Amino acid sequence: MIPARFEYAAPTTLEEALSALAEGGDDAKIMAGGQSLLPVLRMRLNTPDLVVDLGRIEALRGIRDDGDAIVVGATTTHAEVLDHPLVRENAFVITKAVEQLADPQVRHRGTFGGAVAHADPAGDLGAPCLALDAEFVVAGPGGTRTVAAEDFFVDLFTTAIEDGEILTEIRIPKRPGWGAHYEKFVRVAHQWPIVAVAAAVQVDGGTIREARVGLTNMGSTPLRARAVEDALVGQPATDAAVREAAAAAAAGTNPPSDLNGDADYRRHLATVLTRRAVLAAAGA
Amino acid sequence: MTVTEDRPTDTGAPKEIGRDRRRKEDQRLITGRTRWTDNIQLPGMLHLAMVRSPYAHARITRIDTTVAKQTPNVVAVLTGEDVKDEQGSLPNAWPITEDQKAPPHPAVAVDRVAFAGEIVAVVVARTAAEARDAAELVDVDYEELPAAVDLKQAAADAVLAHPDLGTNKSAFWQYDSATAGTGGAVDEAIEEARTNGVLIEREYRQQRLIPAFMEPRSVVSDPTGEQLTVWTATQVPHFVRFFIAVVLGVPESKVRVIAPDVGGGFGGKLQFTPEEAITVVASRRLGKPCKYTETRSESLMAAHHGRDQWQQLTLAATKDGTVTGLKVDLIADMGAYLGLVTSGIPILGAFMFNSIYKFAAYQFNCTNVFTNKTWTDAYRGAGRPEATFAIERLMDELAAELGVDPLEIREKNWIKHEEFPFSTVAGMEYDSGNYEAATAKAKELFGYDELRAEQRRRRDAGDPVQLGIGVSTFTEMCGLAPSRVLGNLRYAAGGWEHASVRMLATGKVEVVTGTSPHGQGHETAWSQIVADRLGVPFEDVEVLHGDTQIAHKGLDTYGSRSLTVGGEALVLAADKVIENAKPIAAHLLEASIEDIEFNDGKLSVRGTDRGMALGELALAAFAAHDLPDGVEPTLDAEATFDPVNFSFPHGTHLCAVEIDTETGGVTMRKYACVDDVGTIINPLIVEGQVHGGLLQGIAQALWEEAVHDDAGTLVSASFVDYLVPTAADTISFDVDHTTSPSTTNTLGTKGVGEAGTIASTPAVVNAVVDALRPFGVNDVRMPCTPERIWKAIHAHDGAQSGGAPTEGAAAPHFDEADTADRSAGTEGAEQ
Repeated sequence: MIPARFEYAAPTTLEEALSALAEGGDDAKIMAGGQSLLPVLRMRLNTPDLVVDLGRIEALRGIRDDGDAIVVGATTTHAEVLDHPLVRENAFVITKAVEQLADPQVRHRGTFGGAVAHADPAGDLGAPCLALDAEFVVAGPGGTRTVAAEDFFVDLFTTAIEDGEILTEIRIPKRPGWGAHYEKFVRVAHQWPIVAVAAAVQVDGGTIREARVGLTNMGSTPLRARAVEDALVGQPATDAAVREAAAAAAAGTNPPSDLNGDADYRRHLATVLTRRAVLAAAGA
Repeated sequence: MTVTEDRPTDTGAPKEIGRDRRRKEDQRLITGRTRWTDNIQLPGMLHLAMVRSPYAHARITRIDTTVAKQTPNVVAVLTGEDVKDEQGSLPNAWPITEDQKAPPHPAVAVDRVAFAGEIVAVVVARTAAEARDAAELVDVDYEELPAAVDLKQAAADAVLAHPDLGTNKSAFWQYDSATAGTGGAVDEAIEEARTNGVLIEREYRQQRLIPAFMEPRSVVSDPTGEQLTVWTATQVPHFVRFFIAVVLGVPESKVRVIAPDVGGGFGGKLQFTPEEAITVVASRRLGKPCKYTETRSESLMAAHHGRDQWQQLTLAATKDGTVTGLKVDLIADMGAYLGLVTSGIPILGAFMFNSIYKFAAYQFNCTNVFTNKTWTDAYRGAGRPEATFAIERLMDELAAELGVDPLEIREKNWIKHEEFPFSTVAGMEYDSGNYEAATAKAKELFGYDELRAEQRRRRDAGDPVQLGIGVSTFTEMCGLAPSRVLGNLRYAAGGWEHASVRMLATGKVEVVTGTSPHGQGHETAWSQIVADRLGVPFEDVEVLHGDTQIAHKGLDTYGSRSLTVGGEALVLAADKVIENAKPIAAHLLEASIEDIEFNDGKLSVRGTDRGMALGELALAAFAAHDLPDGVEPTLDAEATFDPVNFSFPHGTHLCAVEIDTETGGVTMRKYACVDDVGTIINPLIVEGQVHGGLLQGIAQALWEEAVHDDAGTLVSASFVDYLVPTAADTISFDVDHTTSPSTTNTLGTKGVGEAGTIASTPAVVNAVVDALRPFGVNDVRMPCTPERIWKAIHAHDGAQSGGAPTEGAAAPHFDEADTADRSAGTEGAEQ
């Protein structure tokens, strides 16, 4: 289908992009890889007056080492993230999630920043970012601010990014040596996850020292399964111990009901997938 | 002019039939560097965009086109009121009963819409983008009417889809073996089984499916020039030409329809569509070429759907497992209108519910019902998948009831190979087959006994991953169709096919076929047939199709008919070419015509080394300098073939699935099938057809379903929610064949285009149910989603969180509402 008419800006610097946004006002949309926005425009579910394409801003792209964190530029493609050793070594759960994100075509066009800013609760990157306490760097007319993952995901398709602001990079604290797994449940390979669980664990001598567990599509935002995380600390990485901890995975969630399953079924899935994700992450 | 090429005349030339030739059409089809309809650009061409109803049932109270008309580069906005006198009513070619009820079917709704997606206005502009923009500005007021959405409620006339008809029932159709004289009275068999035997009573749901062909439908209509030329992405250019004539009143001789390369159809392009009709109407009114190409959303919503039945089934058997009778009661969802063959689709199943078995009594009853949904029509298999699913599920249920192996119960009841040809209880005469051979081969290919042993081990161990094994021993009727049979079924057309073979002066061969390929590989297979028949190189054969000015006669492609019917026409035409060449050869070789023999492309004088290649004779006929008196200067020939019977391919399909009982997830473990499709022209093409067919049938079992909400809005309206599988979702299939040549055509071919789809659905569902039997489950409704499976497992324990069965999840589900009651959730699905 053909989108409604819109103006198109393709700035080469962040400053130009911010001014274009400022001029565009409420009816401007930011485009990174376009993998979510373009279908929305083509189906005319949204008809912005202006689309600001970030694709030509070199500074927003790439992955770098910044001491105790790795920094992923907002327009870095999923394929670049997937192949990057810094991510693999320090934030392995991100690698595991990106491995299963959509399909190869989308991974070569879609971007890390675009995906998290779109904030689809079924998106694959929110839960791992949340689990790793990632920080989101947002630039605006008044300068730059950093938003913690806990505060970034506000609601369905809503983040802490204000009108006129642009997500520039995602800082992910390094967790070298942690085990990780992303357990995604789908009916067909290219589908959004019905439920998925991101688990990152630090195991020492068979005992879980620390665990991070994020849930995909169990509410209007990605969620942390804190009850599970707490219960896992100090436990042996065994099926029995993890099973018991994972039983709390659905606590406090509010999953949707749709053609792929109702909320009860999703709550059940969350416990099964959490157990599997944690065990796989722990190498058990 | 001289002959520059030597014709191959050696008798040792390898035969083309049976060679796994790569398809000659694939380079252009796969790269897209070809003439798809949407690629066609004409000078001054205008573009159409449709305004479609968001309501399933509503009265149109006002349409304001003022703003749209004033938009730059908009040429016209047409409403139903504007075109009502010229658009006619879209055709239904298969009134199954004399008293069949059907509403008028306008291309553009005039005062009432009967399904969501129906066209209410058409914008014509200089570009497609401008047309789309202006379509958003057409202001339509609707007065919403109650919509008949649920099929069972509609069958009870709870809400009328078309109030003027006074009922939702379009027609009732019955086949009864006692009445037809092909068997006994089924009710007697049922009563007998109720007291002294075994009775299996089930209700199954055939969910609504969407054909989801790769190339969206597209049409270009050019009224400039003496003739109206219409390019359209269709399976049936000859039908489209006919209906442009009879529906729109253009003399047939003034209409040329071209189906250029067409990207798939699966029955979904066996139609004369509202979009085709209105594009023609607009182009003629404006005097300019017009193009319309649908979006994927429009395709999913408004191109015809498939299947959609409730099936009530009663199988009567003796205690030793001999089936004594089958009674079938269907309600079939027509949707809002009767399309080209809508009403006949479920009836095509009537002859197949008895499948490969010898039943003593059989009765088929079908009620066709209107609802306010997109109309249903042909979809790969068309009537036979529904029948095959029902009987193959029932045979598994009978085996489970008696505690015997499902293959054993089938063997007890199937037609033995020495009994062919066999007249069935449904009145068909099966040409050939060998169910024993196909089944034995499939069991070996599958490793049946080993998998059964593994299944027992997993059951005994209480493995969270359970194994299920499903069987489907299918047959189907291919090669639509003997014209007399179609006439008896009140179908409006015949079932013959036409072909011509033209020998060019340079020795090349042009083959014209009345079939209309849209991905099947006819150009390759037809070339192989002609290369063998005429002894010419495969590369020298060019296959022409899909243009009613070139292929002036034809009945197109559907129902696995192209090879069995069109291929036979081709053989007849090629043989006539040789006959035409004989008097010329006799004359030039100074021999008597009786002494001329044809071998490997050469006409020779028997017992001598004197001969001429067919190409040399083609040149001689072209030059016509030295022909015998009274002989026409041509070798060209044509033939029209009307089959005397269908052909009946069959096969044994075995499927193993692993069920993750913790999630309900299904993983395909192994799929082996041995199909008997008669003589195989090109094994590679056959394997491709089987693979694609299998996955399409598996998709019905596991993934695909068109779901409407209570208001009649299609919820699964994009590929986010309508789950068409990809290669990533399947496994490598083990495909093999047995060969029982058909006796109904010279080549011995049977159809293969639909076989995989017809066979695989019950094989998969039987496997799922087989895995779950220890949990007390005897059915899971299609598609067998993980949620439905998980809930079926926990339907009886009530212990699990959320384990209580909910509607639509578990079997049996006799009194449940339609799937339409399952509405979409809160997920933002369209991202």
